[in-house]
Amino acid sequence: MDLKEKLLSSFLVFENQIDIDTYVHDVRNDAIKIFEEKGFPTKKEEAWKYTSLNKVLKEDYSVFPQQENAIEYKDIKKYFIHDIDTYKIVFIDGKYSSHLSQTTHDGIDVCLMSSALTKPKYRILIENYFNKAATKDSLSSLNTAFSNEGAYIHIPKNKMVEKPIQIVHFSTGNESATMLQPRNLIVADENSYVQIIERHQSLSDNPVLTNSVTEIFANKRAIVDYYKIQNDNSNASLIDNTFIKQKKESVVSVHTFAFGGKLTRNNLNFFQEGERIDSILKGVTIIGEKQHVDHNTLVHHIEPNCESHQDYKGIFGENSTGVFNGKIIVEKEAQKTNAFQANNNILVSDKATINTKPQLEIFADDVKCSHGCTIGQLDESAMFYMRSRGIPEKEAKALLMYAFSNNVLSSVKIPEMKQRITKIIANKLGVDIGFDL
Amino acid sequence: MSNKYTEDDLREELKTKEYEYGFYTDIESDTFPNGLNEDIVRAISKKKEEPQWMTDWRLEAFRVWKEMTEPEWANVHYQKPDFQGISYYSAPNSKPKYDSLDEVDPELLATFEKLGISLDEQKKLSGVAMDVVVDSVSVATTFKKTLGEKGIIFMSISEAIKEHPELVKKYLGTVVPQKDNFYAALNSAVFSDGSFCYIPKGVRCPMELSTYFRINQAGTGQFERTLVIADEGSYVSYLEGCTAPSRDENQLHAAVVELIALDDAEIKYSTVQNWYPGNAEGKGGVYNFVTKRGLCEKNAKISWTQVETGSAVTWKYPSCILKGDNSVGEFYSIAVTNNYQQADTGTKMIHLGKNTKSTIISKGISAGKSQNSYRGLVQINSRAENARNFSQCDSLLMGNECGAHTFPYIEAKNKSAKIEHEATTSKIGEDQIFYCNQRGIDTEKAIALIVNGFSKEVLNKLPMEFAVEAQKLLEISLEGSVG
Repeated sequence: MDLKEKLLSSFLVFENQIDIDTYVHDVRNDAIKIFEEKGFPTKKEEAWKYTSLNKVLKEDYSVFPQQENAIEYKDIKKYFIHDIDTYKIVFIDGKYSSHLSQTTHDGIDVCLMSSALTKPKYRILIENYFNKAATKDSLSSLNTAFSNEGAYIHIPKNKMVEKPIQIVHFSTGNESATMLQPRNLIVADENSYVQIIERHQSLSDNPVLTNSVTEIFANKRAIVDYYKIQNDNSNASLIDNTFIKQKKESVVSVHTFAFGGKLTRNNLNFFQEGERIDSILKGVTIIGEKQHVDHNTLVHHIEPNCESHQDYKGIFGENSTGVFNGKIIVEKEAQKTNAFQANNNILVSDKATINTKPQLEIFADDVKCSHGCTIGQLDESAMFYMRSRGIPEKEAKALLMYAFSNNVLSSVKIPEMKQRITKIIANKLGVDIGFDL
Repeated sequence: MSNKYTEDDLREELKTKEYEYGFYTDIESDTFPNGLNEDIVRAISKKKEEPQWMTDWRLEAFRVWKEMTEPEWANVHYQKPDFQGISYYSAPNSKPKYDSLDEVDPELLATFEKLGISLDEQKKLSGVAMDVVVDSVSVATTFKKTLGEKGIIFMSISEAIKEHPELVKKYLGTVVPQKDNFYAALNSAVFSDGSFCYIPKGVRCPMELSTYFRINQAGTGQFERTLVIADEGSYVSYLEGCTAPSRDENQLHAAVVELIALDDAEIKYSTVQNWYPGNAEGKGGVYNFVTKRGLCEKNAKISWTQVETGSAVTWKYPSCILKGDNSVGEFYSIAVTNNYQQADTGTKMIHLGKNTKSTIISKGISAGKSQNSYRGLVQINSRAENARNFSQCDSLLMGNECGAHTFPYIEAKNKSAKIEHEATTSKIGEDQIFYCNQRGIDTEKAIALIVNGFSKEVLNKLPMEFAVEAQKLLEISLEGSVG
């Protein structure tokens, strides 16, 4: 039985198990129909031209991990940004782990999707926001059909959240292969401010496939800082679908740090529904082995006077493959749009591949849109400069690569987070130097 | 017997009937009836007195084409042509082959006059040899002698099939195979005529070679086939210009151009394309679905320059396969769309050899309600050490009802590759217009001035005579787009 059939048949069981709220029930049923019709995307589809799911889908995933697994905080401490106080929402094999988490209902809601979907007091919010940003593509629909658990964050009007929120999804690998479908919903009301860090981590070498959907709503003048850390085991695959709807004068930035995993696909979609919006998309990708990272971004400029800034840096070693597919659409009404996109790549190995497709679709005339894309090597003269001053080759290379990605790092607003990323980069590049010298 | 008349008999009878009266075998007629089947393909081949291998080659292409479906990936929308509603062969009224211009039908000459092209003038003033193609059959070839002395072969492809079969057989379909794509397959099956050019080893062609294509007879699709071979160390500059008289119904143009640059050779291929774009309401106009590709051997260079102002729908990607080491590919393009025109054009640079270089400069100008797309591929294969690419796509938008799109694909598999790609989209600055107005230049002129400046990088690459023509064309194409 292939994965699609398995998912379709387990949907029936799943629907009977959970509390059926009529609204969500209908949404789920519609979604499974879409998935049934479309199936998993193949390379024939333009958006999936450079990424094949075939290998990943071959595994015999268990769709609902059966047993509850407990893990000790000391074993997984390193996966958190632990040197500062944060809210934490932690899931183990898709199930909420209360003893590892630190949630709140005090002024803000940092809690669970499962309770938001079932408790009457959230009903209006769910009806207003749930599945309202996600598109009807097959993988998001699949997630919608099985949406049950994940993080639910609601920041009310004029509220500034004083500490970051960490959302961490662990998989224990107790089953031979696991498929997870977390669903997150984040609503930031007028004038609110929030920082969120998201991470998916597998704790064993067993294959994991995560098909995650995150919906973010930034209302008037809200500011959302979102960080994604992707540094997983070589058998873990992640399809991360993020949909962001922005209202007037809001600012949303998403930083994606892709350092590993077997296959990582980031579908990052911004919809600007108001004037004077700013959207920031930044990413650093450093991979090796046979890893595959695909960034697929969309910025949809619908209203006038908005901006978007994209900056993606990639360093590809060994047999790795990198894909960047960035799309900017500027609608007829979206005059005075400023949209920038940059994608710079370094190929370190002859067996590495980079495919990039920066795409502009522009229907308005009074706009400033530009994209730049480069593929190149480290500067020989800079290398020579450092070597001649006694810096070993490896360190010199690492310094240059760090400098290359620093543009993106410099806009990270949480210092501890920046340190952590720096450490990961040093680790990836195989050197033991702190770059903040 | 009669009462045992079965379905099988009927089928048999129908079969024989068609065979007996096969309506397309009348090769005397100047225009074939509408429709396409194997008989038509055979008849075209027969009409052109082609050898058997050519007929087989066409049939092979036709069989492949039948299995193919029309591509839909391009960013254009149009009513699909009815391939059975087109006549696949038509010849000008008077029988071809003249020794001098005097023998040419005066009406035909009048058409040329209207288009502003006088063969005599061209001959005397610009020293351009022309192989004029009017609806599929070449009627005049000039300067053949001068070229002949150098050993240069420049003739229509149907003549070449007869006179130089060894060259045609060796190179035809090597760069654009019959099954390459839907329109290339169709062209391979039914191409009526086109140009053939061969430059021998070490020869530098003394003049710009040029061909004018025109669509003259209503309802006939034109399927041109061009093959240019530059032997080792040779050089040729080839011009192709298209103008078409106004027509109310959609006409299909599906040409194939193959360039082969052998070691150390250089081919410069320039196009000015001005097919009928349809009227201001978007009615009518030519569909231009062209496959153009060049192959570079060692140290060879192919340079494509194009100015696209016409056609209702354009679908065109002149490409370079940089097979040999140190080979160079260039692509310079201006695409102007106005009213309801749609253009999806760009290039492919396939780097296979070491130290290969490619440059892409594409300027898109959209006005009215038109859609203008750049679609390009830069591919660096794993053995292409030190490959270098520079791409620049700039778009200029006039008015807020048009669209400009870029779809660049970049695929690198070699770490020594250096690729740069940049694209910008902007409009004509109000300050620029104001500056011109202030100095007494009216807005329409000012726009023409700015557009010419915007496209200068490409216009400079055109041969002189063409550059002047192209500049005028830009102005004409954008007429009435102010406001």
